[in-house]
Amino acid sequence: MRSNKVEQSIINVIFALISGFCLIPFLLLVSASFTDEMVIIREGYSFLPSQYSLESYKFIFEKSSDIFNAYGISFLVTTVGTIASLAIMTLLAYPLSKRDLPFRGFFSFLVFFTMLFNGGLVPTYLIYANVFNIDNTLLALIVPGLLVSAFYVILLRTFFTVSIPGAVLESAHIDGAGEFRIFFQMILPLSLPVIATVGLFQVINYWNDWFNGLIYVSDSKLYSIQVLLNTILLNVQYLLENVEYSTRVEGAAIPTQGVRIAIAVIGVLPILIAYPFFQRFFVKGLTVGAIKG
Amino acid sequence: MAMTPRLNQAAFRKLRKYKVLYFMLLPGVAYLLINNYIPMFGIVIAFKEIDFSKGVFGGDWVGFRNFEYLFKTSEAYIITRNTILYNTVFIALNLVISVGLAILLNELKNKLLRRFYQSAILLPYLISTVIVGYLVFSLLSMETGFVNNTIMPLFGKEAVMWYTEPKYWPVILTIVNIWHSVGYLCIIYFAAVVGIDHEYYEAAKIDGAGKLKQVLHITLPALTPVIVIMTLLQIGRIFHADFGLFYQVPLDSGPLLPTTNVLDTYVYRALLKNGDIGMASAAGFYQSIVGFVLIIFTNYVVKKINPDNSLF
Repeated sequence: MRSNKVEQSIINVIFALISGFCLIPFLLLVSASFTDEMVIIREGYSFLPSQYSLESYKFIFEKSSDIFNAYGISFLVTTVGTIASLAIMTLLAYPLSKRDLPFRGFFSFLVFFTMLFNGGLVPTYLIYANVFNIDNTLLALIVPGLLVSAFYVILLRTFFTVSIPGAVLESAHIDGAGEFRIFFQMILPLSLPVIATVGLFQVINYWNDWFNGLIYVSDSKLYSIQVLLNTILLNVQYLLENVEYSTRVEGAAIPTQGVRIAIAVIGVLPILIAYPFFQRFFVKGLTVGAIKG
Repeated sequence: MAMTPRLNQAAFRKLRKYKVLYFMLLPGVAYLLINNYIPMFGIVIAFKEIDFSKGVFGGDWVGFRNFEYLFKTSEAYIITRNTILYNTVFIALNLVISVGLAILLNELKNKLLRRFYQSAILLPYLISTVIVGYLVFSLLSMETGFVNNTIMPLFGKEAVMWYTEPKYWPVILTIVNIWHSVGYLCIIYFAAVVGIDHEYYEAAKIDGAGKLKQVLHITLPALTPVIVIMTLLQIGRIFHADFGLFYQVPLDSGPLLPTTNVLDTYVYRALLKNGDIGMASAAGFYQSIVGFVLIIFTNYVVKKINPDNSLF
């Protein structure tokens, strides 16, 4: 028994260290965002700054409309994108779950093959930016992510095939219900768990996406929060150039180093807050996904 | 005579039923055509001279000229080497660490703590690479970073210009990658460990097998199928680097390119920063084709060894 206790303690210590390793950078980010600008310049970002300050957040809330605009774009893109993507994916997965559908194998392969081979950035970019001209529109933030992985479609199809009793569908057919009615009134309600899982993944994908913004969007009014963060990270000047002129004339220095970090905290906040609530569903989704589809 | 109309009617109803199903397929299939299949054929622009006046894909054929330019540069070698070396190291280290953690986590009796640790190591996986870039920046910034201001003085060392010294980045990027993705793999392996039948362990205990023997002879063999699939998926993508990790985290810093430039960042820079579509498309073609061959090849090898473990 005693050796067991020692063993448990050792494992606990190992995991405490690893958890610390995973969480500590966030802690540094948060405490840096509450640090006085002069202290940052003198002592750098630290866990226990000698002087706390709300200056960075005050500055963001008073002076920067950019960040709220970017937040709005992120919420809009995430909501519309997730709903549209769930619609396309479930509509694609349902017919593929029908064993008697002619050419089912062909269409399934069409979906699966996209996991093996893709054209890469150059042709994709040229198609969207030069053929469909969706660069610098909100569509550029939504469309490329709609079917980000064929894997989700396969996940949905497997669920429709395995988990929905054929007898139920059979009786619906006999009652004369059309495919659309069956799809909306039976398939979707019965598949809520898997739809919620895929939806959660898509919410995170859309919220975290900065790549499409980076390549397709140059109009700063269309920046999502991640793209704005990306711009500020790679170019501190952006912060200085995009602050209203009046604030600069006042002579007060812009707390650049602090503001930069505070914006990152605001950007990651929704995920940190929501994480404890969706964590279990997310883990479930990941592990379901690991099973061969 | 009376049978024929009824039969026709049945066939017609069947057709109508499928018509609706095909109609449902339509948006998804149209999307795949635009988003995936046209770009797949679009990779032929690597053999063309781009001329927008003739339409995006209408340029003149130039044979292998774009490839000649690409492989004449020393960069072609560097980006290939970096991409493959980094990914190989990532795959190996992530595998060992995540399987190790999954087995250890399963040994833990306290369920509440177990869930907490699980959440903590998974959290970095959910963060966008932009945020990861900020986290690394708050540690490594030359003037204001935690490492230069607090850690280095502690050991009596001089501040290091992290963002201009390429020699540190193989280590930094490896640590960041492990931090970012080990949680995900650990969760997958942990689920597999939990699924192993307890009777095997009971029997082993009766036979006097210690913990280590149990891990070696029960846990690892039971995990093999999952390990093979997960690793195969990663090997299939060994020619594709995590763009964010190699672009955001080093802050797109020029002096770091010798150790941070990979295929994906090269294609991006050639296409959107230098506007050199010929080079970009040649590198992209090279990446797509070799990547495809690799995934087919690894799957073939696994199928030969154990058909049950292959992907398709």
